[in-house]
Amino acid sequence: MSKSILEVDGLSKVYPDGQGGDLTVFEDVRFALEKGEFVCIIGHSGCGKSTILNVLAGLDEASSGNVVMNGKEIKGPGLERGVVFQNYSLFPWKTTLSNITFAVRARWPQWSKEKVREHSESYLKMVGLDHALRRKPSQLSGGMRQRVSIARAFATQPELLLLDEPFGALDALTRGVIQDELVKIWEETRQTVFMITHDVDEAILLSDRIFLMSNGPNARIAESVKVDIPHPRARATIFQNPAYHKTRDYLVDFLVNRSGGALPEEDGSPKFVEPAKGVASPQAAAAESAAKAVNG
Amino acid sequence: MASLNVRAALLSVSFLIVALGLWEMATQPPEAQTGLTEYERMMGGVEQESRVPPPSAVLRLAWEELSDPFYDAGANDKGIGIQLAYSVYRVLAGYVAAMAIALPIGFLIGMSPLMYKALNPYIQLLRPISPLAWMPLALFIIQDSDASAIFVIFICSIWPMLLNTAFGVANVRQDWVNVARTHELGPMRTALTVILPAAAPTILTGMRISIGIAWLVIVAAEMLVGGTGIGYYVWNEWNNLDLASVIFSILMIGVVGMLLDLALGKAQKLVEYKE
Repeated sequence: MSKSILEVDGLSKVYPDGQGGDLTVFEDVRFALEKGEFVCIIGHSGCGKSTILNVLAGLDEASSGNVVMNGKEIKGPGLERGVVFQNYSLFPWKTTLSNITFAVRARWPQWSKEKVREHSESYLKMVGLDHALRRKPSQLSGGMRQRVSIARAFATQPELLLLDEPFGALDALTRGVIQDELVKIWEETRQTVFMITHDVDEAILLSDRIFLMSNGPNARIAESVKVDIPHPRARATIFQNPAYHKTRDYLVDFLVNRSGGALPEEDGSPKFVEPAKGVASPQAAAAESAAKAVNG
Repeated sequence: MASLNVRAALLSVSFLIVALGLWEMATQPPEAQTGLTEYERMMGGVEQESRVPPPSAVLRLAWEELSDPFYDAGANDKGIGIQLAYSVYRVLAGYVAAMAIALPIGFLIGMSPLMYKALNPYIQLLRPISPLAWMPLALFIIQDSDASAIFVIFICSIWPMLLNTAFGVANVRQDWVNVARTHELGPMRTALTVILPAAAPTILTGMRISIGIAWLVIVAAEMLVGGTGIGYYVWNEWNNLDLASVIFSILMIGVVGMLLDLALGKAQKLVEYKE
């Protein structure tokens, strides 16, 4: 395995609960991301996924613990980490193109105007929006806006891309199309990506590993599930791989039956499981046979 | 069926004709009666009281005035264009000065909750003061009637701009600020390239309210300080008992106020954005 570019150690977030006490949303979260890896994080609402992502982005502060990227502790936001927000967060007064050039100029201030433009256009082309350069975001559909937002994040070539449920607001058909595009862009660029999702199929299609969070309060990243399906993947064919179904059953079982009390290893790091190579825990085995009984 | 616009225009014109017709009829001098006394004949008929002039008289006067709006025949006899130009100049001078103060301070208190809390009591105290109440103090301190009128415009147009700027800046969507932060924009660039365009529609709304108030106030201010300007002109014509000129200048005040509002409305369109 290559060297980790990001290490998260003992992260926790405590909010006042409004009644004089404290509410620990998540605690002692530990994980590491390898370079070029696509990792999704799944968990029920309220487990603090978005807060973790915002801490990684530098937009929020953890109550304790630290995040180290390339040997340096993260303090505040930075251009080496790109963020795609769920609600696109494009500037509505700028055109599609200038929403991208603004980011590219911020990343490489020394570039000439032509170079910035060329670079920005090539990324818009990658998401199939080179025909809509001069339109304002209000004239684009939700799917097109999210494409612009993805193009903006990839165009700055950050070392780590953070995607906060990027397809959450899209209808299922559009979501599928953009998932395919994201797969394609990722195969081309091999960016390191950390993404929040609620969608098990989306997570399997995109990720190398999937983090499973137990329920909040006091949520933990309990397991790290390897998705053993070779790249390149495609939405239309991925379900033919036997590993797909094993992985999917495992994830669904966790979310439905085990997310309440699941715990990581003793040392706080997530339990590493490879559902494609058979079951990892006795509970999962029991659940699997139960699922088989239901399905059969 | 004609379009809505055409029908509305027809209706507008007919309202105008009806209103002018009623006005014209109501202000006709009574028929000269036979058997006037010698005194009545000497006084030029039976008119014992002065009457509001009919619209035809106002229109005749308007035609005269507008065909030579910039003549200058001494302190008490200047064309309507000159008087309006004085008023517009004072309004713009006070308004631009108010902008220079209100926009930066509005930005500051919009971005800093501390400054907002610190300055808010003063704003709330000063805002409801009628701008004309400042006039004696301004005259005493500035010792110049023209500058005092400009100061009154300054003080009345500052509040809507200040509050709207603060409100617009404080309510810029956090997502956009986050985008600026993740792209490592400095505070100056964030203010100019993200917060300013995001808050611009709200700021322009404040500026539009301000210009309207400034135009309302200048008429009263000029009635007080005298000398030049449309407010002075109205009052002067009232002293001359020239009611046709009074009515004409009232209409001109409306026209200029409408043009100022239209100009700001156009500017507002330029910075508007749809989400």
